[in-house]
Amino acid sequence: MSSATIPPQFEIVDRPLDTQMTISMGPQHPSTHGVLRLELVLDGELVVKATPDIGYLHTGMEKLFEYKKYQQGIVITDRMDYLNPLGNNLAYVMAAEKLLGLEIPERALTIRVLMCELQRIASHLVWLGTHALDIGAMTVFFYCFREREKILNLIEAASGGRLTPSYFRIGGLMMDLPAGFENRCKQFLNDFPQAVEEFHKLLTGNKIFQRRTQGIGRISAEDAIDWGLSGPCLRGSGVNLDIRRANPYSSYEQYDFEVPTEPDGDVWARYMVRMRELKESHKISVQALSRLQPGPVKADAPKVVLPDREAMKSHMDALIHHFLIVTEGFDVPAGEVYLPIEASKGELGVYMKSDGGAKPNRVHVRGPSFVNLSVLPVMSEGEMVADIVAIIGSLDIVLGEIDR
Amino acid sequence: MDTAIDIALKFAAITVAFVVVLLIVAYTVLAERRVLGFIQGRLGPNRVGYGGMLQPFADLLKFILKEDIVPDKSTRFVYFLAPVIATMAALMTMIVYPFGPDIRIPFTSITIPLVIARFDVALLYVLGVTSVGVYGIMLAGWSSNNKYSLMGGLRASAQMISYELALGLSLVGVIMLAGTLELGRIVEMQSGWHGLRWFIFFQPLGFIIYLTAAIAETNRIPFDLPEAETELVAGYHTEYSAMKFALFFLAEYINMFTVSMLATTLFLGGWNVPFAEDIFGRGTFLFGLVSAVGFILKVIFFLFLYIWLRGTLPRFRFDQLMNFGWKILLPLALLNIFIIATLIFVFPNL
Repeated sequence: MSSATIPPQFEIVDRPLDTQMTISMGPQHPSTHGVLRLELVLDGELVVKATPDIGYLHTGMEKLFEYKKYQQGIVITDRMDYLNPLGNNLAYVMAAEKLLGLEIPERALTIRVLMCELQRIASHLVWLGTHALDIGAMTVFFYCFREREKILNLIEAASGGRLTPSYFRIGGLMMDLPAGFENRCKQFLNDFPQAVEEFHKLLTGNKIFQRRTQGIGRISAEDAIDWGLSGPCLRGSGVNLDIRRANPYSSYEQYDFEVPTEPDGDVWARYMVRMRELKESHKISVQALSRLQPGPVKADAPKVVLPDREAMKSHMDALIHHFLIVTEGFDVPAGEVYLPIEASKGELGVYMKSDGGAKPNRVHVRGPSFVNLSVLPVMSEGEMVADIVAIIGSLDIVLGEIDR
Repeated sequence: MDTAIDIALKFAAITVAFVVVLLIVAYTVLAERRVLGFIQGRLGPNRVGYGGMLQPFADLLKFILKEDIVPDKSTRFVYFLAPVIATMAALMTMIVYPFGPDIRIPFTSITIPLVIARFDVALLYVLGVTSVGVYGIMLAGWSSNNKYSLMGGLRASAQMISYELALGLSLVGVIMLAGTLELGRIVEMQSGWHGLRWFIFFQPLGFIIYLTAAIAETNRIPFDLPEAETELVAGYHTEYSAMKFALFFLAEYINMFTVSMLATTLFLGGWNVPFAEDIFGRGTFLFGLVSAVGFILKVIFFLFLYIWLRGTLPRFRFDQLMNFGWKILLPLALLNIFIIATLIFVFPNL
């Protein structure tokens, strides 16, 4: 596979090796977004070759799934893409639900959509902040984290956790939204468009930022598909593919939103796609909030879903179910399933294989960061060192998901 | 005997000037952190002393107490020399700036000049000495034996040498208008007309070019490529720690201060404060005081501009920076000279 369709920015002149410099960028580098290590071969400031080296954050998560009961696995998913934990929860939980054939109540579906979109905004805000910081605009970073803080407070109110919420459970939610949540959420959603305008003012119109991003790290639509890119990275090359639209899950088919695409396939295009997605996510959140109707948030499946505290105190069978689910887990029928969702970084798929019993036989995760990172060597050839950090930023990777 | 007193006075002046400058520099660092904090919606250091006022001294203490790490494979002598060169070059320009007019102490006949040294080639001296500063950075990058440092050093030398051209050319307009290189005389020439004789009004283009080039000279955002922390970790001072790092840090801020002083002296009328002469009368103590305070305030304005820019702008890429310097700033500087020459030709009595 070559990227012959789009020539690099600068031509690489074939020069003897002693004029080149090999430099190890990372794993402790300010802008490799965690512990990514790059082996760069440089000719002056020009990148001749960039080889990513991963594995510094390997925690053996996929193997760990096999030793944990289904409901315990949710906690592990939080730690994969730690900027988008609710998305990970959702993919895992939905895979198990599909094996179990559970019917999820309407309110739970709506809350899942709402929380996932809030989480997507939070994830994009971290991307925007760090991306801008990599390019040298320091203030945007603090403004993004200020907004993200508000979302984390909302998530904390609902689930008790900020970075690792584990809010979704197989068969529904951990618990219903707390009192007053809707008003707090409404207030945030009212203020948020103004914040997006602020980001646009700080970056989008800035000539330096435009020149640092336009025409950098280009990839054509064909190449993007061939490399298996997904999410904003793919849509930044003009391919209109969004799993929320193409293969709706969790009642996304009922929502009215656009799938933003940009044709250029460069860092700027990926930037614009994500910036527009902020608005779309905001739109979906507003719709989800207005759809919230009172109702149960857990499926009617006493053998899978933990009973309410109150029920346990008055019903014998609820107490027994609780005891059995906690101590032995629940049996999942044999079978295998692959369930993709549109996470903030692209297609997050969970493959789950069950032999029956309380623990999965195999869980594999198709992490969007991992696949998107694979294209970095192609994108960065013939660019400058400063572009590398811009490209890494535009791919929006999280090492927790790459190494798993 | 007189010469001995003269020398003693000069020493006193130098000491006072340096202490004042170092204090201002120390508080510039604090101001930068506080103002950046304000811009970015956070607090900044506010714990040490009232509102963080003692933070610079706490930082100094920290720098002194930190372990001084020297990389094994570094070229030791040069590694030690580099921060010294950088700081020395930055400090040496301090002596030529007129902080204010001669001050006569009330009820005596003693007059104290608010400038350490007056000589005819002051402006050339400033340009020459600041150019030496680039050696400090380049040698630091080279001697650390670190690839990031090396790239930072290379970037710094290329950038500073390129922008020095535009900087120098933007000053030519001032020299043509003033007809002298002596800073005191240049300031004198800008007095009168209630502030409208400041050179900024004769050559706004030259002022803008100078300001841009000066920011590049001092390696500040958006031209902070030699440090570019998100690309080169910390650029040329990646391997430096403790007091050696502090010296580089100091040099950077002194440079900011000196280019601000130069901008004030050459374009904003130096210590001239509009209407001060009418109110206090020339040569009085109050006039001297007001002028000196006016000078400092103008410098602080430039320092604030630096901080403001840092809170706002992203960073250029290396080739873009070079293109900007050679293809835009340099021709503009030449154009500026042409305009000034025409101006002088048309109005010879300007």
